[in-house]
Amino acid sequence: MKELSLNILDIAKNSVKAGAKLCKIEIIEDEETLTLRISDDGCGMTEEFLKNVTDPFCTTRTTRAVGLGIPLLKLEAEQTGGSFKIESRHESKYPDSHGTVTQATFYKNHIDMTPLGDVISSVVTLIQGDPQMDFEFVHTLSGREIRLDTRELREVLGDEVPLDLPDVLVWIRGNLEEQYRDASL
Amino acid sequence: MKSLAELAAIRAKMKDRVVLREGQGDIRVVVGMATCGIAAGARPVLSAFVEGVASEGLSDKVTVTQTGCIGICQYEPVVEVFESGKEKVTYVKMTADKAKEVIEKHLKGGTPVAEYTIGQNQ
Repeated sequence: MKELSLNILDIAKNSVKAGAKLCKIEIIEDEETLTLRISDDGCGMTEEFLKNVTDPFCTTRTTRAVGLGIPLLKLEAEQTGGSFKIESRHESKYPDSHGTVTQATFYKNHIDMTPLGDVISSVVTLIQGDPQMDFEFVHTLSGREIRLDTRELREVLGDEVPLDLPDVLVWIRGNLEEQYRDASL
Repeated sequence: MKSLAELAAIRAKMKDRVVLREGQGDIRVVVGMATCGIAAGARPVLSAFVEGVASEGLSDKVTVTQTGCIGICQYEPVVEVFESGKEKVTYVKMTADKAKEVIEKHLKGGTPVAEYTIGQNQ
């Protein structure tokens, strides 16, 4: 992947596929590191599946037997000297608290650091793709914070206006752009 | 600032129109957005379709959706166009610029852009 924002888009799609109602995307930065955490309340993975999930030949896709999303993110984090972990609770065992948390930490100053790239486009793309789902996006850098929560937008829009309405998507993009400008992240 | 008040204004504006959107959309544009598509550059292609369909006023006629892996990863970004009563058109190795051309000639003009279809790229 050319940008971490594309990994975000890719990994968050797993939450969509897991039937999550809410997917939370956090980017936590300090001077040295960038931590990406994607958590959801989807169906989760069984212990058996979880054990193999960083193996490229483990996949949920049915069109071919290779899945590169998680292995790629893990590789990108580890090539900066960072770390990767994934925790999951499957609904069969945890009927009330199932879901998955994927977390990757990067050392930003490492020469092999993948640039973060266009996060705004990834957030807008996720909302456009699954407007019935909720996304919470938080990006923090030394005290400054960018935030967007589709549950709050839904309250304003009511039931009759979908989040993927072009005007709403334009508003979301504009809102995030302004927040980034104001925070000068 | 893009305030919540502006969002409320969108709601007010859409009040009478939303009903019209439902059940419409004779043309469906589907963009492959699995790992393979995303890595090959599908995100800007999708954005070009979403923005282009809105700005050209095609929203009543065209819906743009995302899908997973279509199975021909080497041709990503892949875009499929479904239109009732017509054969499916599969565009391959798409870019945002090619998407603009497809909007103009195919979605607006009704003629598929043959040179970007899978048939001419094998």
